[in-house]
Amino acid sequence: MSSRAIPEVETVAPRVARTPTDWKGDAMRRRIAGRYGAERRFRLLGLAAVALSGGFLLFLLITMMANGLRGFTQTQIALPIDFPSSPLVIDPASLKTNPEQVLAGANLPQVIDHAAVAAFGKDGGRFMSAGAVTALRQAIIDDPDILTRKATITVPASEGVDLAAKSNGSPADEAAVARLKQAGALSTGANLSFLTLSDGTDPTVVGVWGALKGSLLTMGITLLLSFPIGVFSALYLEEYAPRNRWTDLIEVSINNLAAVPSIIFGLLGLAIFLNVAHLPRSAPLVGGMTLALMTMPVIVIAGRNAIKAVPPSIRDAARGIGASPVQVVFHHVLPLALPGILTGTIIGMARALGETAPLLMIGMRAFVASPPGGITDPATVLPVQIFLWSDEVGKGFIEKTSAAIIVLLIFLLTMNSIAIYLRNKFEKKW
Amino acid sequence: MTGLMIVLIILALGAIGWIVARARATRLQIEVGRLATNSRPTQHGWYVALWTTLPALAFLAVWANVMPGLVHGTVMATPAARSLPADDFSRNAVLAEAQAIASGAQAGAFNPQSLTLVDSFRAATSRYSAIGAILAAILAFAGGAYAFSRVRPAFTARSRVERVVMWTLLGASLIAIITTAGIVASLLLESLRFFSMVNPLDFLFGLKWSPQSAALGYGNENAFGAVPLFWGTVFIGAIIAMIVAIPLGLMSAIYLTQYARPETRKWMKPILEVLAGVPTVVYGYFAALTVAPALRSFASTVGIPGASSESALAAGLVMGVMIIPFVSSMADDSIAAVPQAMRDGSLAMGATTSETIRKVLIPAALPGVVGGVLLAVSRAIGETMIVVMAAGLAANLTLNPFASVTTVTTQMVQLLTGDQEFDSAKTLAAFALGLVLFVVTLLLNIVALRVVKKYREAYE
Repeated sequence: MSSRAIPEVETVAPRVARTPTDWKGDAMRRRIAGRYGAERRFRLLGLAAVALSGGFLLFLLITMMANGLRGFTQTQIALPIDFPSSPLVIDPASLKTNPEQVLAGANLPQVIDHAAVAAFGKDGGRFMSAGAVTALRQAIIDDPDILTRKATITVPASEGVDLAAKSNGSPADEAAVARLKQAGALSTGANLSFLTLSDGTDPTVVGVWGALKGSLLTMGITLLLSFPIGVFSALYLEEYAPRNRWTDLIEVSINNLAAVPSIIFGLLGLAIFLNVAHLPRSAPLVGGMTLALMTMPVIVIAGRNAIKAVPPSIRDAARGIGASPVQVVFHHVLPLALPGILTGTIIGMARALGETAPLLMIGMRAFVASPPGGITDPATVLPVQIFLWSDEVGKGFIEKTSAAIIVLLIFLLTMNSIAIYLRNKFEKKW
Repeated sequence: MTGLMIVLIILALGAIGWIVARARATRLQIEVGRLATNSRPTQHGWYVALWTTLPALAFLAVWANVMPGLVHGTVMATPAARSLPADDFSRNAVLAEAQAIASGAQAGAFNPQSLTLVDSFRAATSRYSAIGAILAAILAFAGGAYAFSRVRPAFTARSRVERVVMWTLLGASLIAIITTAGIVASLLLESLRFFSMVNPLDFLFGLKWSPQSAALGYGNENAFGAVPLFWGTVFIGAIIAMIVAIPLGLMSAIYLTQYARPETRKWMKPILEVLAGVPTVVYGYFAALTVAPALRSFASTVGIPGASSESALAAGLVMGVMIIPFVSSMADDSIAAVPQAMRDGSLAMGATTSETIRKVLIPAALPGVVGGVLLAVSRAIGETMIVVMAAGLAANLTLNPFASVTTVTTQMVQLLTGDQEFDSAKTLAAFALGLVLFVVTLLLNIVALRVVKKYREAYE
């Protein structure tokens, strides 16, 4: 429509007699009040959405804390042992030379059972955890003279007693706790062995160290592979790549990889690394390689943004005084972009650390009772350990699962805080 | 001597070469004057270091692949190997055991025959690794000496070193293409093997999913109908999760960008982002431990039939919460892209803030929001751990959110964590499911980007 049409239309349109709006009138006031009410309601709706999301996070964290902090404590029983009358057959002299080996062969479980029956009645042996033997062994190594007298040592309680003492267990266990309490034998101690032990079948003697070490080895491989590849790709694409079909293909691949579901990377690892390259199953090497492929696009995208943020004047200045393209990038652009690249790398690594699904695909869900010695040993990682424990039937594993989640969340929060700190400290506005 | 030691020694030689060449180039530079030299001393150093290390390391990589065959051949030529069983399977078992004992991975032998081969294995292994190490060292010295002989003022070390750098950068960026190709190839090849056993139409449109019966030998017909899986995935990821995530995410974004004061926004936004940083296994555990039992007892008090402790609703709700920050940051970006002039215009006409948001900002930002929601759906249907832990394994076609449904990713984990041989239809079905998942997420992403690009109003 041409601009000249408008006045014609207006002249043709019949004139409507308008009464001025009665702003003070009842209807108008109601309408304004209604509009303001809608405004308030909308605003509250927004606040409620934020509060609900935040509240959910809080609820999740509190639930994990409430369950998990108990996993760092262990109910203990003061067990009086009368060593001279116990069934222990051991030569005190041989303890001096090689105590570990001598005690490994000794009938310590029988000693515990005997002492428990003597102290707490005929089902006393059931109150003690499998870790009681370790406690007794340590007590004897610390003080071999203990064998000549009566002594009271503190040993961990069994899963049932532990649960009954902390929350509620089966009636038999509740009765046992009542009896132990009456005898004054029950106490609660910190369970630091949770951080040094590995997976096991008895929830009172499991720990996260095996999984944590597996995670660290896996992350080491991931970082070693994905960081150089990611940074080099970002540098190439941002600084050198000619605009052609190949470069477009690379860019599409990277953006696409960043959106591929993580479980697909697990299938890739299974099909290529395990079935074609025959690398060892369940090993941190394969897990790290799989996660590296997943982390690499994150680093490339973060790296490109960081490199893009370096102003062109710096490149021009370096070129102007005779630096070659490689010197421009490696002497000037890269150091300036590095904080941004590192932030992206840490965020990518944090994501990889919490990743479970691709590792399940390449068999890192095996029961591994000892920490891995190297990158080709069978291992598990922290999130997978959480998954495995959450599948366990024993009620004692609930608090261990939550405790492992706390350990994982602490690691992730630390990494994310470092990333935020780096971003705030080194971020430059040009 | 282990392989790692040899690699370290070669790297050390490279470092020495770097230092020596750099020192020589520095001296030459002083002799002839700075302007008469082509490259800087450090570049000469790198040139020599590269010549010292790269050929030797490349040789070691080749040697590591060739050596097992050489060792094997030598052992097979010994007199003790002649008495080995003739059939391949038992002969290889004996050889593998002997090799494991020789390398110290295994302490004792099940088959006494393998003990006779241990010594020849050890001898052959140490001989060939010594040969490899010596050849690598010779290559390192030869390469280093050749490069060092070329350290002259006029020598163009810089352009040569920089060419290597450029090739390295190009190679690194090609890894993305290789990975994509690897994913496509592995999914396609394994899926083709699956579809040679199971009709693709039965797989895509069949209504009955029971891979167990196929594994038990009841045949592959009617065992791999994936429709219940697709429905469960859509029900949890695209319906329930989005019912939670879209309103909460959108309203959070609106509140944080339009209403909250900057200082409130400064600490509220990271809190929302923490929701995205919580590992999915934690969400899964939370859904299974806390949300699912609560929903189940709610359903049974209200009297909803078919309530399961592994309900679609529990998984969907928690997944929706996980997606909130994703939707909210997408909405945040597209609302921020609407020009201030449009907002000001609406406010100047007397509209309230909420009217401005509903009538002006959201319509203008809609393509971005829709694109963000599509990306969120693609993320939700590929999510694994929440559904593995909180959704069930029963492949039901149901509309009841309190009933148990299963998803594509749950079944992939389930199919691949058993103890089957790799060639069974049951295991290969996981790759077919993976292919479907890959294609669908890819299409969702492409469509999302198209929507954003095509319908974005150009405000200039």
